[in-house]
Amino acid sequence: MRIGAPKETAKGEARVALTPESAERLQKLGYDCLVETGAGAAASITDVAYQAAGVKIVDSAAELWSDADLIVKVREPSSEEIEAAPDGKTLISFIWPAANEALLEKLKEKNMSVLAMDMVPRISRAQKMDALSSMANIAGYRAVVEAGNNFGRFFMGQMTAAGKVPPARVLVVGAGVAGLAAIGTSVSLGAITMAFDVRPEVSEQIESMGAEFVFLDFEEEQTDGAETGGYAAPSSPEFREKQLEKFRELAPEVDIVITTALIPNRSAPELWTADMVAAMKPGSIVVDLAAERGGNCSLTKADQKLVTDNGVTIIGYTDFPSRMATQSSNLYATNIRHMLDDLTPGKDGLPVIDMEDDVIRGALVTHQGEVTWPPPPPKVKAIAAAAPKKKEFEESAEEKAARELAEMKKSLNQTGLLLAVGGGLCLALGAVAPSSFMQHFIVFVLSVFVGFHVIWGVAHSLHTPLMAITNAISSIIIVGALLQIVSGSLLVMLLAALSVLMASVNIFGGFLVTRRMLAMFQRS
Amino acid sequence: MHANEGLLTAAYVVAAVLFILALGGLSNQEKAKRAIWYGIIGMTLAVAATVSAAGGQTVLISLMVILGGIGGWFVANRVQMTQMPELVAGFHSLVGLAAVLIGINADLEMVAALAAREAGTVDQLAGFAATIAAKSAVELGILKVELFLGILIGAITFTGSIIAYGKLAGRLSSAALTLPGRHALNLAALMACFILGYLYLGGAGLWTMLLVTLVSGAIGCHLILAIGGADMPVVVSMLNSYSGWAAAAIGFTLGNDLLIVTGALVGSSGAILSYIMCKGMNRSFVSVILGGWGGETQAASTVEGEMIEAKADAVAQAVQDADSVIIVPGYGMAVAQAQGSVSELTKRLRSQGKTVRFAIHPVAGRLPGHMNVLLAEAKVPYDIVLEMEEINDDFPDTDVVIIIGANDIVNPAAQDDPGSPIAGMPVLEVWKSRHVFVCKRGRGTGYSGIENPLFFKENTRMFYGDAKASMDDLLRELD
Repeated sequence: MRIGAPKETAKGEARVALTPESAERLQKLGYDCLVETGAGAAASITDVAYQAAGVKIVDSAAELWSDADLIVKVREPSSEEIEAAPDGKTLISFIWPAANEALLEKLKEKNMSVLAMDMVPRISRAQKMDALSSMANIAGYRAVVEAGNNFGRFFMGQMTAAGKVPPARVLVVGAGVAGLAAIGTSVSLGAITMAFDVRPEVSEQIESMGAEFVFLDFEEEQTDGAETGGYAAPSSPEFREKQLEKFRELAPEVDIVITTALIPNRSAPELWTADMVAAMKPGSIVVDLAAERGGNCSLTKADQKLVTDNGVTIIGYTDFPSRMATQSSNLYATNIRHMLDDLTPGKDGLPVIDMEDDVIRGALVTHQGEVTWPPPPPKVKAIAAAAPKKKEFEESAEEKAARELAEMKKSLNQTGLLLAVGGGLCLALGAVAPSSFMQHFIVFVLSVFVGFHVIWGVAHSLHTPLMAITNAISSIIIVGALLQIVSGSLLVMLLAALSVLMASVNIFGGFLVTRRMLAMFQRS
Repeated sequence: MHANEGLLTAAYVVAAVLFILALGGLSNQEKAKRAIWYGIIGMTLAVAATVSAAGGQTVLISLMVILGGIGGWFVANRVQMTQMPELVAGFHSLVGLAAVLIGINADLEMVAALAAREAGTVDQLAGFAATIAAKSAVELGILKVELFLGILIGAITFTGSIIAYGKLAGRLSSAALTLPGRHALNLAALMACFILGYLYLGGAGLWTMLLVTLVSGAIGCHLILAIGGADMPVVVSMLNSYSGWAAAAIGFTLGNDLLIVTGALVGSSGAILSYIMCKGMNRSFVSVILGGWGGETQAASTVEGEMIEAKADAVAQAVQDADSVIIVPGYGMAVAQAQGSVSELTKRLRSQGKTVRFAIHPVAGRLPGHMNVLLAEAKVPYDIVLEMEEINDDFPDTDVVIIIGANDIVNPAAQDDPGSPIAGMPVLEVWKSRHVFVCKRGRGTGYSGIENPLFFKENTRMFYGDAKASMDDLLRELD
């Protein structure tokens, strides 16, 4: 089968859905690849590079649509494109079906099978084809770069000969994929970064990126992110009030605000109000990544950069990924390649649309002349429900002292008891045993004590050599046999000789094997 | 004669000090290489001093020592490091048997000495018999008790070690043999031994001691047969301890302080090792020795979830992406002789600048410190081989943990599930790391039959196959 990538027709769109790298991998899956001439030009990919990867260059869009069986695109197709397209093609691209129901109808009429990259469910298996996350990642990075471009100071604080430069203070609102990417970029540029999110469970992620989580002093059962597939849900009016209050407090301090708050299928919540913008210092920047859906800042104008009366720049671009077309084409093409990987189980260049597969079913919006959107809920939950946190048992200082005292008393009692019993036994023994025995007994008891102290100091890693060497040493029993071997009785002599033999095996074997083992231990 | 006696005692004192230094020197790897020489010199000194003091039979003694030396040298050089547990067990049996023989000899000598005392020919007696002849009645009574204890412990050590050897070498099934009423059986046999001992004290002859040898030998057999494979570290160290106590008991019999000192050192060493092993399994010594897992099993919670398999390429990928790797070896590594491949893997990863360390649980393997010796043999530097306490806090910062042939020592049920048979046992907290790969032969639960919830965790992948073959596959993928 042939896969074709046309040149994007949307104005200002610089991305392309096929790159030379992805084409090479697709060919391994058994596909032939086509690309419209100049499709990659805006993403700095030349036709020559495509050809080098074995991709056929096609002169016009019309030719490509008719030659290819499977079309890969970035933006949803325009009405002109659909009208010009032949019947029965398979299309993979962003579709946004919830906002484009009319488009679905048209696609259905053309009998197309359409997989929407924006509808890939958020389950772990599908992460590799999650184009929304790849694009959001780029947008988050670019938002910081764009802010830096318009910001008149350093991000990182510096001590220079000419004086001290304070670090920039950045606030990121919404710690989704884009928010986290923005946090990471801002932190690595050296800014003091704060971040806020309505989902308290992301505080760990925020802190792990090196930013400070902005805590709200608010008692409310937060919705678990797991119920909404990892996305944020609308918050209560009280919570919102508290949140805005916190932002108002922060507004005069921060230099750069990056807002990324979006709730699925709703217009963006207003979080950065006009009075907060007014409170900001001149030269501050607001980058609104939610501009396409009305913006988190009330003053944002989509696709525009504007400067307020008090000198705050508000950036409302909606095409951040396209502004980094090489990178975003690369990631997007890889996402598409992964989807085709799943679509082509036989690696034979024939896509199979498996309605039982959660990922494919989720992304499929029209198929065989029918609109298949919205999909049934996936069988696998997006994210495992967070386990409720257990309360750690904490003891107060007094309780701790009391417990330790009790433990000490107990151990003292035990030691005392042991000493009493042991002493009693010794006395009892001394009462009956002759003094010659007691002398040996003293030696014995002291040796046991010495043994305990010495052995506790042995390294755990040397326990096997310890066993081997004690084994050799315990053959000191040979001394007993040596004393007996001089006896006049033949039987005694034979038995003693046998003992000497066995003990010698042990002595030589034990020492030699210990030496062998110890020689092996080497420092790196 | 008296001057000789003084010299002999002096030699014994020096030998005893050298033995203590030899054991104390094992506190670290570098000192240990010197410490072994203290032991060798001490032993030579003790033997030479005894031979020269006793006088006579030098030819026979030399012959026996040379024969034994050749045998010992042969065994020590041939043995594989994975066979250390059975070697140690085998050596113990020799000490046990020697103790029994010396005990019986002591009785024979005692009878001869008493007869000589009756006949007034004490002057003709030589060696040990002469010392006995000078003893009073009470001293003789004590002598008999010591003799009895020496034979009892010696015989248990002898047969127990042989059984342990058989189990460790795979000649006997390592499963625990559980006869009906086995505790009563052991107790009855032990009682019989004490009754025989009492008779002996009362004047009954050598036959009682021969019977004691047989009965306590049977106890040794039965006791060790009832203990399963994973408890072997405790058993071997316990037998180590017994061989020491047997030597000490013989030392009392012969009135020889060097034997007493050395026996006590070895005995306490083995006892401490047993204690450490028991603590490593959170079990009492008694429950281990009585065999099988403890009887009071609550219903352990069942595990839900799915074991996810990973192939060598996935493991290689994860290892390559990792900065820090911890390898947890277990008995499975020894069985598969995988230590060489593991060492190669370590070398490869370390040359790529990754941190690679080993985490050793106290009861990993079949002998205390068994894993350390195997890794040392494979030339893994000992400073990256760490004990459980040293490394347990580092797992949360670790990217990849590879578990090779270990099961219970990484079972989170020991911490989470009070109903589990191993609840409370200290374990390596591998599940706190980012990725865990479990290299395992099959899906079974292993020796203890305890389900391991680790295998069902989200960050765990099962890497099925023989440990050596799996490691070699992994190495090939890393090329």
